[in-house]
Amino acid sequence: MPPTPCSICQRERAMLRRPKTLQRLCRSCFYAVFETEVHQTIQRHGLFKRGDRVAIGASGGKDSTVLAYVLKLLNERYDYGLELFLLSVDEGITGYRDDSLETVKRNRDQYALPLKIISYEELYGWTMDRIVEAVGRKNNCTFCGVFRRQALDRGALLLGVDHIVTGHNADDVAETVLMNILRGDIARLQRCTEIMTAGDAEGAVRRSKPFKYAYEKEIVMYAYFKKLDYFSTECIYSPNAYRGYARAFLKDLEASRPSAILDIIHAGEALLIRADVKMPTQGQCERCGYVASNRLCKACVLLEGLNRGLPKLGISGRASVPDGPAVSAKQP
Amino acid sequence: MELLFDQQHTVKVQLPAKEGNFSIRELLPWIRDKLLRERPELFMQGDTVRPGVLVLINDVDWELEGELEYQIAEGDRITFISTLHGG
Ligand SMILES: [Zn+2]
Ligand SMILES: [Zn+2]
Repeated sequence: MPPTPCSICQRERAMLRRPKTLQRLCRSCFYAVFETEVHQTIQRHGLFKRGDRVAIGASGGKDSTVLAYVLKLLNERYDYGLELFLLSVDEGITGYRDDSLETVKRNRDQYALPLKIISYEELYGWTMDRIVEAVGRKNNCTFCGVFRRQALDRGALLLGVDHIVTGHNADDVAETVLMNILRGDIARLQRCTEIMTAGDAEGAVRRSKPFKYAYEKEIVMYAYFKKLDYFSTECIYSPNAYRGYARAFLKDLEASRPSAILDIIHAGEALLIRADVKMPTQGQCERCGYVASNRLCKACVLLEGLNRGLPKLGISGRASVPDGPAVSAKQP
Repeated sequence: MELLFDQQHTVKVQLPAKEGNFSIRELLPWIRDKLLRERPELFMQGDTVRPGVLVLINDVDWELEGELEYQIAEGDRITFISTLHGG
């Protein structure tokens, strides 16, 4: 098969087919379109303002590594005037997070960005290794998801940042839309497609997803062509099986029609919630002051269970935690 | 020919001798049967790779190279990248 020429410059050899547009692109044209689209997403949605201190939620995985690389590049290229930080959560998972944190430390040096690591151990007095010892492998992802969300916020407060960006891509958002539909979780369904969430006085920091419209394939190819240093091992506490099915289903849809991913995001955005549907109201946790839809926030309920030796507390179902286990998004 | 799995392992393989070239269609089940030790279902689905696994032929997206019909030549480097886990 003769090499295909790039459909933009008509000169270089095309190296990939973009899933979003089916364009055949050479490396440099691909970099240019990808970076420009992320820039346009940032501009169109007014994600940042000059002088913002922004923490990149960095897991060492492909998405957050590409995000750190691209944000640093765009900040310089377009002079956003942002102060960027890497913020990592150490869940305390031997053989997984300790290795991926080494990747984040290399990224810190490669991109010359300050890094803050915040651990479950210092925040909650428990590592995931010990939590799994106590609760087994069935519900540990619930703990991890709830704890991570708060850990990022607390790390952001310590860094004094205005904003957290995460590496969630279009595939992640579409997958979360599907999961929230399958669970009938109306409140989250509405929130999960938002590109930016407002911060609040109770300790939740403003968050956004600059890769909301970037396909996973583009991110992987970008990291591969640029030889970015990322970590690609699966969490050893076998991840959420339900999410795995949603992901596989999404990938099957994409294989037969690449626009399926953006279509699902648009469907999620277009859903209107009837005004008379009762939505959970957000208050403040009596114990730690974090946002909560009950008397205690989810982290405090889970923690109380762990500390009292009743680890099932808070994960048994909707009776104790009315809006169910956290499915807001997979980790960045 | 080299095969990469998750950018971590590089395997040089000598395909069995046969008349004419091997296609990717023939290579996939060969890899599944000879090289994969666990969970082959994460690699293949039907007669192709599982959706979510990216395939590169000498660093070019296989979607530009005829996918399953690509005829493998001596020294080709085939890369598989799984996107199904870990952000
Ligand atoms: Zn080009
Ligand atoms: Zn609390």
